[in-house]
Amino acid sequence: MEATRLQKLSAAATRIRMAVVEGTFRAKSGHPGGSLSIADMLAYLYTEELRIDPKNPNWADRDRFVMSKGHCAPALYGALALRGFFPEEEIKSLRHIGAMLQGHPCMTTTPGVDMSTGSLGQGVSTAVGMALAAKLDGKDYRAYAILGDGEIQEGQVWEAAMFAAHKKLSNLCVIVDNNDLQIDGTMDEVNSPYPIPEKFVAFGFNVVEIDGHDFDEIEAALSAARACTDKPTAIVMKTVKGKGVSFMENQVGWHGKGPNAEEYETAMQELRAALAAIEEG
Amino acid sequence: MADVIKKATRDGYGDGLLALVEDKNVVVMDADLAAATKTGVFKKACPERFFDCGIAEGNMMSIAAGLASAGKTVFASSFAMFAAGRAFEQVRNSIGYPHLNVKIGATHGGISVGEDGATHQCNEDIALMRTIPGMTVINPADAVEAKLAVIAAAKTDGPVYLRFGRLAVPVIFDEATYKFEIGKSVRLTEGGDVTIIATGLMVNEALIAAEQLKADGIAARVINMATIKPLDREAVIAAAQETGAIVTAEEHSVIGGLGSAVADVVCETLPVPVLRVGVEDAFGKSGPAVDLLPLYGLCAANIAAKAREAVSRKA
Repeated sequence: MEATRLQKLSAAATRIRMAVVEGTFRAKSGHPGGSLSIADMLAYLYTEELRIDPKNPNWADRDRFVMSKGHCAPALYGALALRGFFPEEEIKSLRHIGAMLQGHPCMTTTPGVDMSTGSLGQGVSTAVGMALAAKLDGKDYRAYAILGDGEIQEGQVWEAAMFAAHKKLSNLCVIVDNNDLQIDGTMDEVNSPYPIPEKFVAFGFNVVEIDGHDFDEIEAALSAARACTDKPTAIVMKTVKGKGVSFMENQVGWHGKGPNAEEYETAMQELRAALAAIEEG
Repeated sequence: MADVIKKATRDGYGDGLLALVEDKNVVVMDADLAAATKTGVFKKACPERFFDCGIAEGNMMSIAAGLASAGKTVFASSFAMFAAGRAFEQVRNSIGYPHLNVKIGATHGGISVGEDGATHQCNEDIALMRTIPGMTVINPADAVEAKLAVIAAAKTDGPVYLRFGRLAVPVIFDEATYKFEIGKSVRLTEGGDVTIIATGLMVNEALIAAEQLKADGIAARVINMATIKPLDREAVIAAAQETGAIVTAEEHSVIGGLGSAVADVVCETLPVPVLRVGVEDAFGKSGPAVDLLPLYGLCAANIAAKAREAVSRKA
């Protein structure tokens, strides 16, 4: 990928990470770890991939995006604000009484949110429904869903996968954020879903394995998903939970808590420095 | 009674779906029970807009939500036990919370499922569904009302839970003249001594009970409360005011269903005796439906007995 695009994407991802830290700090709660691990993928989706229009968030022919792991709403909000669906200021009232930005995505209050999610396993099925609607209406829009690796312990994910492959929903792309950590520990300690790619292959998916922090690989995987015309695609991406904030990386403790004032300052300093470095080229 | 026509409300569901077949926006889903739920009727008429999810009710409800978010009017069908019970949380979170246009066509509600027994006899669905904010809950009394309720649900924005039965029950209403409106109860008999508020197949039992009560000199007002949510509060308050005693009758647990909904309104507005006929906090069991119903007190005789008791308790 050319340097200017890479620079733009890296900057977008860093801004999303800043929104995650800002939002979870202001909320004194939330889920920074898994939000940070998907920031690069969201940056690509919301700046390059998705056919969407912030001025017309309910455009009937738009691509759909479902944050199936709804607790990672802070990253989605960061991406939506970046794309212009609402002012960045909204991030500061995340999870507050009366705020537009709920703890988990709410499609009835937040422009750009295509499905209300939060209960794990359900979002991917709703994305299947959206992909099915597109096929039914002969439309070319696509449906995307990001799932947590812990989330795929939910049986409904596999019910959805079975149906999507059976109906040959090639306009469906599910992305599994394999950061290997869930609340109670590592995947292996809790209840291993491994091997993940083989499971999706067995369910009839086109499967692409990537490094979820490498924009070239993200681009290639999404392109491969679009090129596949007879199967849904699963992108299984290896990621680092807490990516981009040094003291949060690979720390399960950062799954579901907001940073305190000191941690917030440290994190923001790191991210501002990273952004400055990116912008300097 | 030789001319009584019997037809299951699930057949009315099939009739209603068939009446909607020309509406290109309507999509019907099932979870491997299309023959039993009668969605098979729609499947035959319009296979391209029918989707069988297989035995995965939770997934079906969430897929229905996705379809509805893209503009479809979706009827998602299974037995009440699995639609409201197994998939409760998908119905709440995927459909109810975003207030999506999914109509849950739940058949085989109540104990009249019969021989299949307790695992399939859902006496809790009305209670579960009416706790979901914005959910409309309808339990038609006969196949005519069932058909009209399906058509009305399709015209209503937002989630609707439609409860149908397996058992063939007397057709009470004339399709040519009967007007069904969501949220409006229908007074079937006039009477000033007691009101019987019934829903589903218990409406016919309530009419029989009203006849039996005449012999005792008790004039009973019978109300068909097809819509349990939003409840026709005005009709309930009027019943309390004008007849001073109420009996509710439903093929459902006495906990959380029509009886509870009516008691809520009466207690908060104009307390009068409210006695509930329903399943008394028990699981069902196997047996022919016609034998199970009286065994669990879901019959005219029990309604009449409760009505007499209610009248005797009037202040």
